[in-house]
Amino acid sequence: MDAIILQILNGLDKGSAYALIALGLTLIFGTLGVVNFAHGALFMIGAFCAVTLSRILTFSHTIIDESRTDFLGNPLKVQVPYVQDFFGEAAGATIIDWAVPLSILFAIPVMILVGVVMERGLIKHFYKRPHADQILVTFGLAIVLQEIIKYFFGANPIPTPAPDAFRGSFDFGVLLGFEANQIIYPYWRLVYFAFAAVIIGGVFAFLQFTTFGMVVRAGMADRETVQLLGINIDKRFTIMFGVAAAVAGLAGVMYVPINPPNYHMGMDFLVLSFVVVVVGGMGSLPGAVLAGFLLGILESFASMKEVIDLVPGINQIIIYLVAILILLTRPRGLMGRKGVMED
Amino acid sequence: MLGLGKKDTTLLLIVAALVVFAPFILNPFPGGSGMAQFNAGYPDLMQRFVIFGIFAIGFNILFGLTGYLSFGHAAFLGVGSYSAVWMFKLLSMNVLPAILLAVVFSGLFALLIGYISLRRSGIYFSILTLAFAQMCYALAYSVLTPITGGETGLQLAQDDPRILDAARDSGNLPVPGLFGLEMRSTADLVLGDWVFTFSAGYYFCAVVMLISFYMAIRIFRSPFGMMLRAIKSNQHRLNYTGLNARPYTLAAFVISGMYAGLAGGLMASMDPLAGAERMFWTASGEVVLMTILGGVGTLIGPVLGAGLIKYMENILSKINGDILHSWFAFLPDGLEDFIVTIVYPFIGKGWHLTLGLMFMAVVIFLPGGLVEAGQRIARAVRGRRSDDRKSATTEPAE
Repeated sequence: MDAIILQILNGLDKGSAYALIALGLTLIFGTLGVVNFAHGALFMIGAFCAVTLSRILTFSHTIIDESRTDFLGNPLKVQVPYVQDFFGEAAGATIIDWAVPLSILFAIPVMILVGVVMERGLIKHFYKRPHADQILVTFGLAIVLQEIIKYFFGANPIPTPAPDAFRGSFDFGVLLGFEANQIIYPYWRLVYFAFAAVIIGGVFAFLQFTTFGMVVRAGMADRETVQLLGINIDKRFTIMFGVAAAVAGLAGVMYVPINPPNYHMGMDFLVLSFVVVVVGGMGSLPGAVLAGFLLGILESFASMKEVIDLVPGINQIIIYLVAILILLTRPRGLMGRKGVMED
Repeated sequence: MLGLGKKDTTLLLIVAALVVFAPFILNPFPGGSGMAQFNAGYPDLMQRFVIFGIFAIGFNILFGLTGYLSFGHAAFLGVGSYSAVWMFKLLSMNVLPAILLAVVFSGLFALLIGYISLRRSGIYFSILTLAFAQMCYALAYSVLTPITGGETGLQLAQDDPRILDAARDSGNLPVPGLFGLEMRSTADLVLGDWVFTFSAGYYFCAVVMLISFYMAIRIFRSPFGMMLRAIKSNQHRLNYTGLNARPYTLAAFVISGMYAGLAGGLMASMDPLAGAERMFWTASGEVVLMTILGGVGTLIGPVLGAGLIKYMENILSKINGDILHSWFAFLPDGLEDFIVTIVYPFIGKGWHLTLGLMFMAVVIFLPGGLVEAGQRIARAVRGRRSDDRKSATTEPAE
């Protein structure tokens, strides 16, 4: 029992990342009808927003501390971040410590801007072209974005830690009445899951309870009629592209402490996220979220030792296997709508 | 000639001439000069040109004719490599049985994957092929290690059975060959400052490539090829006329899988090694890039695209900052540094950036790839000469 709960918990953080990326992909596909292969790159750019902010915050100048000496007896050179000059030593250190969560504030405008520029500058011209062309041009864009990031940040993963308060693990089993040290779970993964839940809830609430969201949903259902009513649906869809980019970016920001970002992390996640979208059903937002968590949890179950002993190698292929099975038995995915991408 | 039209015969002869004289054509700069780094006439790179040419020709038969975009074609390349190396290990170091087995195995493999994947079309088909290829990659890396060699890759060993070959007493690993002609043997021709290298392996690949190119032309011009084009332009209409498109698409899929297997087998014949990374999805993406860059659905396009990408990968990536500085040394210092700073991200390790930008530009402005660019230029030149021949240029010049 405790093993099962542990695996569900382990699946949640990866599942959250899949769900967030798949949500953005579906949002773009549902509104604009574009298959965005550059979405993984947006996830990666989000992660590098966190790296950038933590670098900006630790931007420092050197002072010579006369009171301390190094092993040769010379006065010690100390790096002092400018943040500590501005806010005082303790407050500055706290700010640097909280760089990753603070990056959320930094990443939202950046990602919305990136998304809007991408849509207006490139994707807009591809609405009328076949899906294969959209896949190809966004694939090219993904390569370009990836290489730009690689040029500025190098090819190696950049570890960026979570705030001190969230380091370490906590004993989840005790909460459920198990013995101590049975179910240990890192704090930050719990934070990630909660964060993902908030974002997903926020996106759904935005679409469900605001006038803007209502118009967008109407546009998704029947774009032409909405336009005939005199609503500039293109503008709203562009904003939705920005929102989708921000969702992917935030997923990336918060994933940084779990997995140090490198320039090809986006591509690694993209392939899986596409599988997630297809399993959930093209164009279905709840389907994308459901499939994301489902596949994340399945993946962590498949990496249990007992399962691997039974079916060797299953942990590597479970997601693809499930995708193939679903596509062949339920061609529209778990919650796909009729008439979306049927031909 | 050989059942080809006049135009196709010319094309085949041009390609044959280019391939045969490639060691000269690709070596235009004398050795030791500053431009020598642009020479691509060394065997290793030329072999890669033709092998990836074969891969792209095969991919084009599927994507160019039927419009089914497969994102998992590298899996067949990998299967071809593995089966060829196994043939070297078990049977003989002769390349012919190895390549035969590579083609047969990848064909069977493509039949299996195609049978399942072709139930869906459009993006679903792309995702299914991608999923299969990633599965093969993951399995080759982990569980199938006894067959694939896992992370180290599949290599020849001293004590392999090789039942057809005579026993060897020398301590060296055997090399693949064709009835005694070693694939790695080369002959040099020195003309003044130029050194032209002729490699047995390259010419073997070149012959295979010309045969596969000829077969691709025949497929393009056959009623079968016509049928594949019909699937691309409107599958519904085809269904309404009472035809089942599936056998045709499946045949195209298997043929292109066999081409990929052939390329994989040749790769293993040139260098008897096979690794799982050949099946990774970026390798599948690469062949898509090649085909699009050259020109989808044209005969010569994929070969051009493969050549261009491999050339860039090997030549552009070698240029470093010092070489750039020496090029722009004639400029004033400030200007020199400025230009080098601008150009630097696009070369050397950053050549992927150039590739990505080029690829995007081609998809946006030139959906027909390099071939379309050539046609447009030709049309512009011809149009200036005589306006009344405009109607003649509208037919596709494949």
